Amino acid sequence: MNLHEYQAKALFAEYGMPVPSNLVASTPAEARKAAESLSTDRVVVKAQVHAGGRGKAGGVKLVDTPREAEDYASSMLGTNLVTYQTDAAGQPVNTVLVEETCDIANELYLGMVIDRASQRVVVMASTEGGMEIETVAHETPEKILKAEINPLVGVMPYQCRELAFGLGLKGGQIKQFSSLLDGLCKLFVDKDLALVEINPLVITGAGDLICLDGKINIDSNALYRHPDLDTLRDKSQEDERELRASEWDLNYVALEGNIGCMVNGAGLAMATMDIIKLKGGQPANFLDVGGGATKERVAEALKIILSDPEVKGILVNIFGGIVRCDLIADGIMAAVAEVGIDIPVVVRLEGTMAAEGRKLLDESDLALESASDLGDAAEKIVAIVAKTAGANA
Amino acid sequence: MSVLINKGTKVICQGITGSQGTFHTEQAIAYGTQMVGGVTPGKGGTTHLDLPVFNTVRNAVDETGADATVIYVPAPFCKDSIIEAAESGVELIVCITEGIPTLDMLEARIAVEQNGVRLVGPNCPGVITPGECKIGIMPGAIHQPGKVGIVSRSGTLTYECVKQTSDLGYGQSTCIGIGGDPIPGTSFIDALALFADDPQTEAILMVGEIGGTAEEEAAEFIASNVKKPVSAYIAGVTAPPGKRMGHAGAIIAGGKGTADDKFAALSAAGVTITRSPAELGLAVKEATGW
Repeated sequence: MNLHEYQAKALFAEYGMPVPSNLVASTPAEARKAAESLSTDRVVVKAQVHAGGRGKAGGVKLVDTPREAEDYASSMLGTNLVTYQTDAAGQPVNTVLVEETCDIANELYLGMVIDRASQRVVVMASTEGGMEIETVAHETPEKILKAEINPLVGVMPYQCRELAFGLGLKGGQIKQFSSLLDGLCKLFVDKDLALVEINPLVITGAGDLICLDGKINIDSNALYRHPDLDTLRDKSQEDERELRASEWDLNYVALEGNIGCMVNGAGLAMATMDIIKLKGGQPANFLDVGGGATKERVAEALKIILSDPEVKGILVNIFGGIVRCDLIADGIMAAVAEVGIDIPVVVRLEGTMAAEGRKLLDESDLALESASDLGDAAEKIVAIVAKTAGANA
Repeated sequence: MSVLINKGTKVICQGITGSQGTFHTEQAIAYGTQMVGGVTPGKGGTTHLDLPVFNTVRNAVDETGADATVIYVPAPFCKDSIIEAAESGVELIVCITEGIPTLDMLEARIAVEQNGVRLVGPNCPGVITPGECKIGIMPGAIHQPGKVGIVSRSGTLTYECVKQTSDLGYGQSTCIGIGGDPIPGTSFIDALALFADDPQTEAILMVGEIGGTAEEEAAEFIASNVKKPVSAYIAGVTAPPGKRMGHAGAIIAGGKGTADDKFAALSAAGVTITRSPAELGLAVKEATGW
C-alpha cells in the first residue's frame, strides 16, 4: 500500500526525522490559509498523488504569496495529474501539500528496501539526490552506498557513520545523519514498510539535513497489525476495477487488450496472459480467482472482467487441483447464466473429473466452448475474438 | 531416490485441527504419506483423524520421531510456528500459508538457518515425491513416479508441469514448490543443487516468474554446477511494470525482474527455454532428446 508524501512526512516527523513545516489543504482557501501560517514567504505547493514525476508534470509549484498558493491549488484540485508514471488518465488530485521552502546546498538520496538477493533490509544512500535511484544504479552504480541491516540488532551506529562519511558529510552532519537513519530504520520495522525513499534528502545552506520528499510503501500482508496505517489508504488513487476485485479477495490487474482472463493461481494467470499474446491475441487483464473458484467468486470475477468495455471474449483457465472440475463447471455455468454474458467464452478445465466438467459445458445451452489444453484454449479464444473484430470492422 | 522426502518420511501437521489442516491431512493420508501426528496448542492429548495431537512441536517430535512438519497456521502466527518447528528437531519445514509479513520471514529465516533446518515456502503448494510422500496441497492423482525434478514459484503452474511430464510418460522424481513470496525458505539454487545430486532425477524443469533475480542467480549456478539437462519457463512476459501480479514477489520494480531478462540469463546458461506454458513437457523432451 502506497502513502502520500504528506502521510510519509508525518511519519518521518513522528520518528524524529527533520521535515519542513507543512500543512495539507483540500480546498484553495485552505491552501491560502496554510501559506499565510507558514514562516517563509515563499512556499511550495505540491499535488498529492500516488505517482512520481510530479515536478516535470506541473504538479509542484513555488509561489511567493498566499494568493498565488490559492490560485495554484484551485487549478490543481479536482483535476487529474498525468505524469510519466501514471496512465493516460492520470491520478486525481484531492489534496495539496503546502510547505515551507529552504535553501538547498546539496541533494542526497536515502532509501531502504527489502533486498531479495541478500534477504536483508538494505539501506541505500547516494550523493546523487534528486535523480531516480534506478537511473543512478544503471549509470553510476559506484555512487550507491549500501548497508545490510541484521534484523536481530537493527542498524548499528557504525553503519550510520560509515554511510555518512561515504556521503562526504562533516562535523555535526554525521550526528544528524545517524539520528535520522536510526529513526528511519525504527520506522521501517515498526510500521512493516516494504520501501521508503527520501529523495532528495537536502543539505541546507546552513549545513543541516532535511527530508524534502518522502515515499513509503507498506507491506500489505502486515496491515492487519497496523489499523492506524490502514486508515491512510487513499482508494481514489487506485484503479476502480482493481479496488472492487480486492474487496472480493480477487487479484485483478487491468491491461490494455481485449481478451479477458479468469484463472486460478497467480503463476498460471500470468502464463495464460502470456500464451494469449504468444498466439497473437492481447490479454485484457490478470485475474487470479484463487483456489476455490466457487460460483459466487466466479460470478464476481466475470462481472469485473465484463466491466471493461474493451473485452470481446473471455478465456477461463482452471486447473482443478483437488477441487472436482465438474463442480467448477457447474459454478461457471451458473455464474455465466446469472451474469448474462453475450460475448464468446472459452473454458479450459483440467484436473480431477475434467472430462465430466467439459461434457457439462459442451451440453449446456450457454455460449461456452470447452478446450482440451492450454494451447488449444488460447488458440480458440484468439481466433474467435479476431473473427468478431473482423466482422465489426 | 528422490529429494527431501520419501516413503520413510514421518510428517506432522501444525494446525491439524483447522479446516485446511484437516482437509489436507486427510488427503495426505489417502496418498500414503506417513502422517504421524499433529500440533494444536491446547488440544494436546486428544486425537484427530486417528492421529495424536500435541500441544507443542517438541512434544510431537519427541513422541513420534517426525522428520518433517507442514504448516497450515494462519499468516499472523506463522513466524512463531516456523521458529517453533526450527527449534524442535525436525529436518524439513513446509509452510503452505500465504500472506506472511515479509519482516516476519526475515526473522524466521534466521532461526531456520541457525538450526540447520530446511524450510520450503511459504506461500507454496508444498513438496511431493510421487508414489511415496505428499506434503502440501497439490492434487496427488496427476503425479507419476519418474525422472524429472520440478521446481517452481507457482502452484498451478507446477501442476501444469506435472501433467505435461506425466502425459509424456516421464513422471517426476520430486516436485518442489518454492512459493511466490519475496523471501522464500528454499531458493531455485537450493532445489537445483538437490536435483543435481539425486540419481533418480535425470532432467530438471524449472518455472520462474517476474520479480527479483532468483532466476538469474539460478542461471549462473546451472552454468557452473548442473550437468543434467535443464528446461525453464518464466511467467509474466506480458505483466506491466510496477504491478504486483498476485504473488507478493511477482513484481517488476525499477525495471528489474522482467521475464525477458530471466529468459536471456537462462538461455545464456545453456538452459532449454520455452515461451509457451503449453510446451513445458516438450521443452524437457527437447533438452533430453527423450
